Amino acid sequence: MTPWDEVQHPARRRFLRDAVLLAGGLVIGFRLPEKGGRAWAAEEAAAGSAKVYPPNAFIRIAADDSVTLIVNKSEMGQGVYTSLPMLINEELDAPWERIRVEAAPVAAVYNHTQYGIQLTGGSTSVASSWEQLRRVGASARMLLVQAAAQRWGVPASACKAEDGRIFHPDGRTSLSYGEVAEEAGKLPLPAEVPLKDPKHFKWIGKSLKRLDTPEKISGKAIFGIDVRLPDMVTVLVARSPVFGGKLKRFDATEALKVPGVVGVYQVPTGVAVAATGFWPAKTARDLLQIEWDEGEGASLSTAKLREEYFALARTPGAVARRDGDVAAGLKAAVQQMRAEYEVPYLAHAPMEPLNVTVDLRPDHCTIWTGTQSQTLDRMAAAAAAGLQPEEVEIHTTYLGGGFGRRANPHADFVTEAVQVAKAVGKPVQVIWTREDDLRGGYYRPMWVDVVEAGIGKGGKPVAWKHTLVGQSIMEGTAMAAMIKDGVDASSVEGAANLPYLIPNIQVELHSPKNAVPVQWWRSVGHSHTAFVVETMIDELAHLARQDPVKFRLNLLPRASRHRAVLQLAAQKAGWGKVKPAPGHAFGVAVHESFGSVVAEVAEVSLEGGQVRVHRVVAAVDCGRVINPDGVVQQIEGGIVYGLAAALYGEITLENGRPVQSNFHDYPILRHSEMPRVEVHLVPSEASPSGVGEPGTPPIAPAVANALFALTGKRVRRLPFARESLA
Amino acid sequence: MIAFTLNGRPTTVEADPGTPLLWVLRDQLQLTGTKYGCGIAQCGACTVHLDGRAVRACVTPVSMVSGKRVTTIEGVGETPVGRAIQQAWQAVDVPQCGYCQSGQIMAAAALLAEHPRPSEAQIVAAMDGVLCRCGTYNRIRTAILEAVKGGVR
Repeated sequence: MTPWDEVQHPARRRFLRDAVLLAGGLVIGFRLPEKGGRAWAAEEAAAGSAKVYPPNAFIRIAADDSVTLIVNKSEMGQGVYTSLPMLINEELDAPWERIRVEAAPVAAVYNHTQYGIQLTGGSTSVASSWEQLRRVGASARMLLVQAAAQRWGVPASACKAEDGRIFHPDGRTSLSYGEVAEEAGKLPLPAEVPLKDPKHFKWIGKSLKRLDTPEKISGKAIFGIDVRLPDMVTVLVARSPVFGGKLKRFDATEALKVPGVVGVYQVPTGVAVAATGFWPAKTARDLLQIEWDEGEGASLSTAKLREEYFALARTPGAVARRDGDVAAGLKAAVQQMRAEYEVPYLAHAPMEPLNVTVDLRPDHCTIWTGTQSQTLDRMAAAAAAGLQPEEVEIHTTYLGGGFGRRANPHADFVTEAVQVAKAVGKPVQVIWTREDDLRGGYYRPMWVDVVEAGIGKGGKPVAWKHTLVGQSIMEGTAMAAMIKDGVDASSVEGAANLPYLIPNIQVELHSPKNAVPVQWWRSVGHSHTAFVVETMIDELAHLARQDPVKFRLNLLPRASRHRAVLQLAAQKAGWGKVKPAPGHAFGVAVHESFGSVVAEVAEVSLEGGQVRVHRVVAAVDCGRVINPDGVVQQIEGGIVYGLAAALYGEITLENGRPVQSNFHDYPILRHSEMPRVEVHLVPSEASPSGVGEPGTPPIAPAVANALFALTGKRVRRLPFARESLA
Repeated sequence: MIAFTLNGRPTTVEADPGTPLLWVLRDQLQLTGTKYGCGIAQCGACTVHLDGRAVRACVTPVSMVSGKRVTTIEGVGETPVGRAIQQAWQAVDVPQCGYCQSGQIMAAAALLAEHPRPSEAQIVAAMDGVLCRCGTYNRIRTAILEAVKGGVR
């Protein structure tokens, strides 16, 4: 069986294959009460084998003792195909090497425990599954023990389960999970499921190897772009070069002459070229003659937006926080300063460009894609196809990076692909080129921030007024109802909840609208607020002639979790103890996001006017750590992602068109630019919090602060590459 | 008709000579381990071996491989160097999203095939053109050094 056969119907095919292998049909299901799981189970039962029990929501144990865990979060590099199985298996206690992972289909039973839809995002996969998946594992184990106890005619309480076996009270007899799986699957679910005392944890807290590594080092891992269906055509879409532009007319004469081209179709987003493969589709798309009605978006430019944003920043905005009297505080201050900050639009640029494969039939639609947002995608696909959501099936493949782009609240790339499938009338794989990806919008918004602050007699800040100007991400989405009094919380996160003790604080927000589509980008609002807040605090420390670490510690409440990470990062970096190498300097930043607090110390130098980051020391408080090496990977990744943006990342607009198009003008970090990264974890018994995003926010300000220490120049505009530092 | 050796096996394809090898591998030969990332030799996700040397398949016309040996991620494990690299990648747990890793492994395998004990500069030169968005660079370096230590010949 080739990998793509499996991808076509992963659940069903593997399931039927197992059923055949097992002959006796000893696959069991621990059915959870939710409807979604049952619906899927019923479908599976109808699909074949009467002797096979319906697969359950999260666990399947076969008679050969293989254990398949169904993971309801998308694997985009953050390690959920390892950390979530660890949560289940902490209670289930099956031999780790027998565990296989399968992506969940779309069903209510797989909804996010906090968001109420199936979604991977917000650095919440472990935090939101922490209770749920341990209970899933514990229920399964209880049923297995009960089944074995029944067979032996002994009380379940006298039996014990460990490492995939249930042990008889006599201490000699035992049964494997697989041997009692069928019986266990018929027992009613337990009402009460006690969980282990954390001091008896066997897996949680250990650095287990990622379960997805073998597939990812052999070329066998199937990403969305690797899906192959019989009769499938590859489609590239020519979209408006200007946001909001509409198709006027097109001429496909030359395009249709390209060998391999199957057809050219008008679709709501533009002109779709279908061909036998990517290359003929791309060649033909380049030959299309298209006229666009560019609309108002054609007048957009970064220069004009800057002007507009700076003008807005001088006017009162929606109040996101008001403590004390900031005007009086500023007036009474001994020293004052005002600083303007700017950050650009940023593209996510996951290494795997967006793509969706659709097989649309009159009564059914099957979709294969690397998505972070199954429920919304399914609803949008159903609407586009004219079907009911239950008639749409989504197979979540591996994601070649997501970073937020693959959780589009409008389901943009999935909707378009279904529209294309409708037009083409065959199974399609819509692929975005890298140029399509970088110029396709849904960027991290561009921001202008102004902060005015005052230092009082004691050398501490007494007033802080922060004005933010940038597009709202929630505006125009289903989440717009969450905008309160003109404040989109995701715009001001990290700014409105300033952790420092300052008596007079005011935070104001302007949310201008324009045609550029915006979206969450790894760490969302924090990706810019940390830069502004942590650079400004550093500026105030220097204004007050104090050490930046001590200055922050003096402003943090005694119970603040920031203190421990700041001290740990400073200590490990040798802050104040070790003199940086000649021509090098240290900079520090600390920021809380997604429930975790991260401090980073960056060591930088300038090489020919270019910023060079040599080393980053990070300290992290993310609550209880499930897989320490997995956390380290995420913090390393978050730092690199933020550093690439800080050094080079910017999408600029001219005549309504994004200027950048590929990695030559939207560079990302290279091997030779990679700093050494050390990650230190603060021991904690608190419930786990996020790690996918919190590594990103502190890196830009840590580097900016180091550059100031090195050159005496303040960089208040990103990316650094644009600034003259030599 | 273009004939070449693919992962040790004789192969022929019907393709426009200008078609990049990447799309012949992915769309005609169904070898999807080699990835598309940029199409202009800027990211290295499509790195394969042509007569043992690393090339970017997205800008290599298929006509250029006529009569030559092409090795992809699907076949590199059959060579001692490729196997050593994959084992080191496994031991260090390099990949995150994994999308660039075929290219990283192919670049590293070509490096060690040519320089079993590469210098720092040789590592950078071989690997700098293969981009990773997840931040696996330090682990890649560690894994290459592990493979070197283990001896790859």
